[in-house]
Amino acid sequence: MANKMKIRAWVDNGKTTVKAIIFHPMETGMRKNKKTGKLIPAHYITEVKCEHGNKAILNCMWGPGVSKNPFLSFRFKGAKAGDSLKISWVDNKGNSGSSVAKIK
Amino acid sequence: MLLFLLPISTWRHFCNQFWEEITPTLLEELYSMLKTRRILLKAGMTASCVAVAAGANLLTPRTVFAAWPKQAFSAKKYPEALHALNGKRKPIDSKAITVKAPDIAENGAVVSVSVTTTLPNVENISIFVPVNNFPLSASYEMSSVTDGFITGRIKMAKTSDVIAVVKSNGKLYTAKKSVKVTLGGCGG
Repeated sequence: MANKMKIRAWVDNGKTTVKAIIFHPMETGMRKNKKTGKLIPAHYITEVKCEHGNKAILNCMWGPGVSKNPFLSFRFKGAKAGDSLKISWVDNKGNSGSSVAKIK
Repeated sequence: MLLFLLPISTWRHFCNQFWEEITPTLLEELYSMLKTRRILLKAGMTASCVAVAAGANLLTPRTVFAAWPKQAFSAKKYPEALHALNGKRKPIDSKAITVKAPDIAENGAVVSVSVTTTLPNVENISIFVPVNNFPLSASYEMSSVTDGFITGRIKMAKTSDVIAVVKSNGKLYTAKKSVKVTLGGCGG
């Protein structure tokens, strides 16, 4: 299972900033393979779920218009240093991945 | 351990598919029912959703949020996509929203866009690029602890406005920023 993700999260003045990159091709389904001339099938992340503890804090719904290797950054309050943050994703082919990071 | 994990992932996958097919209609019905009875309280809504989900044995954290809006993402025009996502309401121009994006993007395949808003109780931030084949790029559902701030990277077919639509206290607000694209990022 492809599960490549980088997460950075840190607390500053009571607010936690999260930056994450998920490594994914994000194919739109409109692009042609230059050698064969055939369309490359769509393959993109549809949902990304961010959880702090057991609480869902952000739900991203993405279409094929999000860039390859998507980057995500957001802020939330209520977390302490040392808490864990989980980010999990699902794509249109049913693949999924998740990663847990410690908040610094 | 691996044997233990595999059935869960397959089960989750099945759940997701089932969820996408069943839930939008279910939620719409529930929503209209509550609306007509004038008891549309956010807490009540969430509780009912969870109750329904629990009844269907689908209790996961995603139950609080809406399912992936397939119709909105497959809409080919901006008004259609907006309609599919938010109903018939028209967003109001707001100065409380800032869309930060480059004036000129050399590569349309990667355009960094950041949306910041000072509006209270932000429920959703959506990013649209009207000239793209599918104008809805991304939609972010926020919880009560999340700030009105999001950054992402999107594709742009050609020079266009990047439109942000923010849902705050149930109302829609919008702001835009024009980005000049020198190399399109959606084709071959």
